[in-house]
Amino acid sequence: MNIINIEHIAKIYQVGTEEVHALRDVSIRINKNEYVAIMGPSGSGKSTLMNMLGCLDTPTSGKYEFKGISVSQMSDNDLAKVRNKEIGFVFQTFNLLPRSDALHNVELPLIYAGVPSAERKERAKEALLNVGLGDRIHHKPNELSGGQRQRVAIARALVTKPAIILADEPTGNLDSKTGEDIMTLFNDIYTQGNTIILVTHEEYIAEHAARIVRIKDGLVERDETVENRYIPNGKKIFTSQS
Amino acid sequence: MKNFLFELKEGLAISFMAIKANKIRSALTAIGIFIGVTSVVLMSTAIKGINNSFQNGISALGADNLYIDKWKWFNDEEWWKTRNRKNIDMDEYEKYRELAKLPAAIAPTVWTNQNVKNGGKSIDGTLLTGTTNEYLATTNFTFNEGRFFNEVESKGNRNVCVIGSDVAKNLFGGSSALEQFIKIKGIKFKVVGVLSEQGSFMLGSFNPDKQVYLPIGNIFKYFQSQNFRSVTITVRVSNTAMIEQTKEEAQGIMRKIRGLNYNQEDDFSINQQEGFTKLYDQTVGVIQIVGLFITGLSLFVGAIGIMNIMFVSVKERTKEIGIRKAIGAKKRTILSQFISEAIIICMIGGLVGLIGAVILSKVINQFLPTSFQFQAVILAIVISLITGVVSGFAPAYSAAKMDPVEALRYE
Repeated sequence: MNIINIEHIAKIYQVGTEEVHALRDVSIRINKNEYVAIMGPSGSGKSTLMNMLGCLDTPTSGKYEFKGISVSQMSDNDLAKVRNKEIGFVFQTFNLLPRSDALHNVELPLIYAGVPSAERKERAKEALLNVGLGDRIHHKPNELSGGQRQRVAIARALVTKPAIILADEPTGNLDSKTGEDIMTLFNDIYTQGNTIILVTHEEYIAEHAARIVRIKDGLVERDETVENRYIPNGKKIFTSQS
Repeated sequence: MKNFLFELKEGLAISFMAIKANKIRSALTAIGIFIGVTSVVLMSTAIKGINNSFQNGISALGADNLYIDKWKWFNDEEWWKTRNRKNIDMDEYEKYRELAKLPAAIAPTVWTNQNVKNGGKSIDGTLLTGTTNEYLATTNFTFNEGRFFNEVESKGNRNVCVIGSDVAKNLFGGSSALEQFIKIKGIKFKVVGVLSEQGSFMLGSFNPDKQVYLPIGNIFKYFQSQNFRSVTITVRVSNTAMIEQTKEEAQGIMRKIRGLNYNQEDDFSINQQEGFTKLYDQTVGVIQIVGLFITGLSLFVGAIGIMNIMFVSVKERTKEIGIRKAIGAKKRTILSQFISEAIIICMIGGLVGLIGAVILSKVINQFLPTSFQFQAVILAIVISLITGVVSGFAPAYSAAKMDPVEALRYE
């Protein structure tokens, strides 16, 4: 099933008097249960593409259909709804609310989805359990290690059962061993039937994915399937997903 | 509706967390509102109290009374125009009383200031009102003990008196004044009645609490001659609708008594308490408006404090706003989160301010009448709510319209 269908999108920023063409002409289709890495050096436009894919921004021109619905003309509020229900974000800097404990951080998207308190807490606990943090639910971010914080963020991304997980350099702030654990977690999430889009500039991280889309100068340079993708062998964290 | 309540509940929970995270800052900001609400509530309480006291005083003296006097009480004209008017004397009062059909009660009054004594205790310059037994019917007086002097005592000019509550307090302390004697200029008068507090401090020395009432003949006999001062005829109108007719009747009778021709102007005046009210509104009303304005300013300063802190808070939490938006918070959600934060701070300040106002109004009540009422509670809550919404809106709006991409990038 086709989840993302992007056709000829472009994004032009006005910086002072100069026009910056962050994306020139990009077309991508992503199907359900794909593991796609989007690669490119900095300034290539991959961040802009990621914002577009994550419905944080709308293209200047072109067509973007998410699950068959056009989102390129959506209002801010409708985009917020799509982000809330369909997209799970994982960021390089984790982006957890510093003053809230792990449970509240994971609950947050469910609050905005209007899920009642008791059900919300139950689901958030389960999501934390699945990423191996069942014993840390009342810890604040500053009481957790980097790997644990990223796992809280992943639990937050998964808790709404979104159509895609959008990870932006998820191992960028982690040491290589912890990074391997997180990549193992992503691999498990993928094999459970989820769709993952991984944005990175590191070749060895991209090789975890089944498909690599290379962006350069606002254009798709190459879109290739990985023959022998790298299966990480870190610590098994992911237990199950109901 | 259910949706709205859900958002309200979650928004409030999130706001409480943010306020708890910044306890000192929130408390300091709330102080501004606390001071503002306290002063506004206190001011309105004092205004209410003063107004009540004035209204009580007016009604104790009879709100619909007419006063036939030599002088026009609230006069815009030059005083010399009325200077040469003839005094109204007791004969004229008797004639008017005979002829007037409309009034409910008519009593002559004369005033003099004297020293009043009971043993070692004395009060200088007490206002003595000389009148008849009918005077009681022109007022709404109530008694702590005893009664007003009766017709026999009044006609016979007996040495009896009725004293105001302050006079009783000052001369007799806590003990009963009834059947006791006071001395005025060495002459003994028996107290037959003590008024209960009429609470009309706004009337100054005309406050019944500070007066002594005597049969009118005693005034002429002991203190001043009949022609020294004009008699004021106090007329109680039978009901409010009859004021104008009673006034016209009085004017007609007085002109007849005085034998005025059609082309001569009245050489007497018919006064009403309306004049008191007008004078009161003019002076006290202005003071009240200025007072409310100044206390309102302090509230305004508090509101600016809140707005300032909220702007800082929004700036500081740009990243948080970005995260919330990425995760699915709508503009409206962010807007209501920050507005409710401002409202909660204002409410805390307002409720503490309300408690402060209650305590202070008790203290001030020792010197000035204050009237603390349930409206003040509503006033405080409404003021806090409005201040919160008004001062929180601009910062909250700036948070709501942030671009999530930019906000997430903010460090």
